Amino acid sequence: MNTVLVILALATLGTAAVAMSLRNLLHSVLLLTATWAGVAAFYLWAGAEFVAFAQLLVYVGAISMAVLFAVLLTRHSRDDVAAPPAARSRGVYAAAAGAAVAGVLLAAVSLAPLATAPARAPAVSVRQLGGELMGAHAASLLAVAVLLTVALVGAVVLAAGGPPEKPGDTP
Amino acid sequence: MSPLQLCLAFSSLLFAVGLTGALARSNSILVLLGLELMLTAGSVNFIAFWRFGPPASPATGVVFAIFAIAVAAAETAVGLALVIAVYRHQRNIRLPEANRLKG
Amino acid sequence: MPPSLETLWLVPALPLLAASLGALTPRGGRRFSAGVAIAAMAGALLLSCLALRAALLDPSAHLVHNFRWFDLGNGAVELGWLLDPLSALMCVMVSLVGLLIFIFSLGYMCEDENFTRFFCFMSLFAAAMLGVVIANSLLLLFISWELVGLASYLLIGFWFHKPAAAAAAKKAFITTRIGDLGLLLGLVWLYDSTGSLLLYDGGNGVLEAGVLGNLGTMALAGGLAVPTAISLLIFCGAAGKSGQFPLHVWLPDAMEGPTPVSALIHAATMVAAGVFLIARVFPLISYDQALAADPLHALTVVAAIGAVTALLGAAIATAQSDLKRVLAFSTISQLGYMMLALGVGSWVAAIFHLLTHAFFKALLFLAAGSVIHAAHHEQDIRRLGGLGRTMRTTYATFAVGMMALSGVPFLFSGFWSKEAVLHAASEWAVSQLPLYAGLVGVVLTAFYMTRLLCEVFWGPARSPEAAHARENTGVITVPLVILAIGSVGLGFLGTPAWPWLESALTGRPVAPRSLLEGGGLMALSIVLVAAGLGAGWALYGRKVRVSADAKDPFSAAAPRLFGFLGARMRLDELYAATLGRLNTLGAALADFMDRWVWGGAVGFLALLGEFTGSVNSEVDESGLNAGFNSASERIRGAGRAYSGAQSGDAQGYLRTVAVAFVVLALLVLLGGGR
Repeated sequence: MNTVLVILALATLGTAAVAMSLRNLLHSVLLLTATWAGVAAFYLWAGAEFVAFAQLLVYVGAISMAVLFAVLLTRHSRDDVAAPPAARSRGVYAAAAGAAVAGVLLAAVSLAPLATAPARAPAVSVRQLGGELMGAHAASLLAVAVLLTVALVGAVVLAAGGPPEKPGDTP
Repeated sequence: MSPLQLCLAFSSLLFAVGLTGALARSNSILVLLGLELMLTAGSVNFIAFWRFGPPASPATGVVFAIFAIAVAAAETAVGLALVIAVYRHQRNIRLPEANRLKG
Repeated sequence: MPPSLETLWLVPALPLLAASLGALTPRGGRRFSAGVAIAAMAGALLLSCLALRAALLDPSAHLVHNFRWFDLGNGAVELGWLLDPLSALMCVMVSLVGLLIFIFSLGYMCEDENFTRFFCFMSLFAAAMLGVVIANSLLLLFISWELVGLASYLLIGFWFHKPAAAAAAKKAFITTRIGDLGLLLGLVWLYDSTGSLLLYDGGNGVLEAGVLGNLGTMALAGGLAVPTAISLLIFCGAAGKSGQFPLHVWLPDAMEGPTPVSALIHAATMVAAGVFLIARVFPLISYDQALAADPLHALTVVAAIGAVTALLGAAIATAQSDLKRVLAFSTISQLGYMMLALGVGSWVAAIFHLLTHAFFKALLFLAAGSVIHAAHHEQDIRRLGGLGRTMRTTYATFAVGMMALSGVPFLFSGFWSKEAVLHAASEWAVSQLPLYAGLVGVVLTAFYMTRLLCEVFWGPARSPEAAHARENTGVITVPLVILAIGSVGLGFLGTPAWPWLESALTGRPVAPRSLLEGGGLMALSIVLVAAGLGAGWALYGRKVRVSADAKDPFSAAAPRLFGFLGARMRLDELYAATLGRLNTLGAALADFMDRWVWGGAVGFLALLGEFTGSVNSEVDESGLNAGFNSASERIRGAGRAYSGAQSGDAQGYLRTVAVAFVVLALLVLLGGGR
């Protein structure tokens, strides 16, 4: 049982790490899609099928598409051409900060007195989940719905607004 | 190591990878994706505690994970819109150059 | 818990929902917003009727539903709603009159371009008032109370492009706010001494015997008991909202709003709120009656203010020439009667008069609105006239309202409720002065209402607008007819022979008395009404005014008195001359002090400083400068270091957060700090 988890985790982390370090943005995005699929597989393994499908639909289906579009729209960025001299030191700092955070978290996880695991996953049917969402968590569900609406409207305003394009300004 | 600790270690490492990416890369889309990885690590934690943690009500962890996914979707939408707005403004999407604290 | 109690919160919630829907409707959605508002009011009326039926099953019970809003230190703030015959009757009255006024507004406001906004505000107003009525917590009551104030501000200033309307809205808002400050102080004090603001809470509410007993044992410096002081503060709020002297000045000016607003404010809701508040907290406000050592009972103040207001409003109303202003001053006077009834201890009579007054005053205002609408917004009674022939329905209904307000015997509701008030006043042990004030007010009321009727509906039309006036459509006249029926029929709920209202409100069966109970007083007041009607007819009816410029007969008889009353006893000027001048004087004094006394002192100090400075500078230049220079250099360096952190580099910020997290986590992990 643990072997499956370890393999899944390694695959997911590996793709994530490679995606974060690749130069080619398109390749990064494609690899990240694999990472998210790996997380979905983890959810499946843990017994949360509904979350796994939501993860697949939202991340692998929708978010990756949106990101791909954004990448294609901003294709002409000079980013890929000239790497500024500060990039190296920033990379070092980032690696140090990431390693420190990872170390602290891992230490906390291994030191914490965590309860022993129950033998079986708690069974949650989709019907039950719907009942919870519409019942006990109805207010949060509404809040999330409002948040999504506002975020989407805001995104449209942000992306559609801005100064008019000048004709000779294309890089 | 117990399965719960393994899961938590997995999510911690995922979080750290996301953080490193968000800190190291200058491309704002990649920074955004790093943030997404951090958020995913959070919902992995929810599921891990739901599955292995001390028993709470049967569906709480799942509900929270679903909310986290919805919030992530909203965040991506706004983030990408910001990226496009920045691109329109300064003709590239390098984050370190987007440091003017006014229009 | 009966179902009507569980759904009672819907009564204010429905109009509130309609208000929010109306706020989201674009200007074009006239039909939608009006429909939603009217449907919400109809729903509220239906629920109120069900609630009334449930409340009458056991009239003595106070059914409550309380819930905790939030915790505050070691106390908790609780809200709740209350179902008893008083709140249910008020709900039915507010929603029924409100519904009729809404329907009337369909016709009256049909030409206004801000039609949707109007219905949004009206719904908000009705919702707030219904909230006041059902509140079981003084805090919830206060919240709704302030919402009523806000909505009235918005509605009085609805035609805000008219400077007079904008000024009137401000005046109403600020004047009532003065009273509300007292109310708020009273509530804070009450919460401080009892730890609760719930009215009924199974023995722990502020209106229940145990808490009141504790309150009564506290004494205040100066001999005043704590319940008396709190009651007087609460009465401040009620006086402001109900237009009691000396805070009545906003009410006539509030006539600048559209006429349905005047009807809603001056008949059913806002002004009734003060009377309702006193009736609601009557156990608290009358508690100090039992304390013999108390030098001043709160109810005595209430009765005195009520009597003064009743007389003053009626006197001023005799000399006004604006159709709506006459009605406004008559409202002030009638509210004085209600306060008088509360003050002499008969809150049932006050509520009875409130209910009947709500109907006939709404009727009078809507009939006035019908006249104004037909006469193209001409509301000067000298320029109207002759409308009795062209607007028959309006004329008939206005006459019903006028007779109800004047107290024409036996058939009309105003007679019975006024008799109840006068009867209560005659039984008051402390003084008979309120009774005399009430009796004089009866003559004046009959007089000015006759004058109003004769001037508006009799004789020739005295302006082209009045000549062209035609009867309005059914949307306007049907509510008038319904209100007229109510104005007649409602009186029979509370006659001495069938005291249904009293037994319903108090929860005790009340034995029927003779219809002619207190026959002497009744006969006297009938004579007085006849005298008032006769005087009015003799002055205004026998020889009707022929042109707009003709002199008023009353003015011809007593020009100085008429002018004094016409200028509203110069109370506004008095306020301007006293309070306003005091303010100006204070400002001038402060200015003088600033300019010459403090200014002189500061100037002297400055000269002194300059002198010492010039001496010091010699010393500084040579000796002290270096130290200050290095200190300021250090501060500048620190500033530069901090501003360096504000780089605008998002990743830099994130990095800082990560490092801070690691440091904190290490502190927790290594220090074992938990």
